[in-house]
Amino acid sequence: MSVNPELQGRVFPPVAPYLVGREKVREFSRAVFATHPINHDPEAARAAGHADVVAPPTFAVVVQEATLAQLLGEPDGGIDFTRVVHGNQRFSYTRPIIAGDELTATLAVTSIKTLGGHSMVTAESTIVDATGAHVVTAISTLVVRGDE
Amino acid sequence: MIPVLSDLTVGDVVAEASFTLTRDSLVRYAGASGDFNAIHYRDDVAQSVGLSGVLAHGMLTMGLAVQPVVDWAGDPARVIDYQVRFTRPVFVDATVGALVSVVATAGALDVESGVARIDLTVTFNGATVLGKAQARVDLA
Repeated sequence: MSVNPELQGRVFPPVAPYLVGREKVREFSRAVFATHPINHDPEAARAAGHADVVAPPTFAVVVQEATLAQLLGEPDGGIDFTRVVHGNQRFSYTRPIIAGDELTATLAVTSIKTLGGHSMVTAESTIVDATGAHVVTAISTLVVRGDE
Repeated sequence: MIPVLSDLTVGDVVAEASFTLTRDSLVRYAGASGDFNAIHYRDDVAQSVGLSGVLAHGMLTMGLAVQPVVDWAGDPARVIDYQVRFTRPVFVDATVGALVSVVATAGALDVESGVARIDLTVTFNGATVLGKAQARVDLA
């Protein structure tokens, strides 16, 4: 089975809102060796002008994950999870993710390219807050290895 | 103290750091991120897909590589854009772990917007493991 080229341009329904917990931000921060006080200490975060602890730049992947699960689970998508390798990743922020945020992610497949038997699937997850304002866009390119 | 953009020159090394990853680090990242792909904690599963052994999550390498930039910038909120290409795996030995080194260099400076592009050179075992690793840092 190969990647369905008709996936290009497909927009998925928004996933269930993700509530960013302070302890989750701290846990994730420890896991990525983020030691800055603004990642861990609400007082330090407030002193810097933030409402609560600020998530590390790659935290958005936790919110994005449910959208990638949609993509990999799409019945007509033809993406075999066991052949997927993460090629590129990007996060573009309008504002940082702060503990207490309720975030909703919506995935769109922006490009599908075939290169020497492999498919490159680029998926953009647009993440907005409870007011609908943009927070971050997480862009992943997945390389799906072709059949041998 | 917040770095001042006008004090920077393209090519300046703004931060350097090394991180020792162990199997514990991978288990911790799996739990924190929700990525429980077994190639990140089971050698037999990694070997069954042609890898020499357990490797770090690419997103873990990406996540730690930007931390020297965060510390230099003085606030994680100043990193407004961050991208990498995953080019080589970081194999994490069960006993000695893996040493990942990061050098962060000023790549481009936009005086008008106050945004610095910081380029990251991330190496393991003498080879780079990330390509086009760039963080945009708002110093305005």
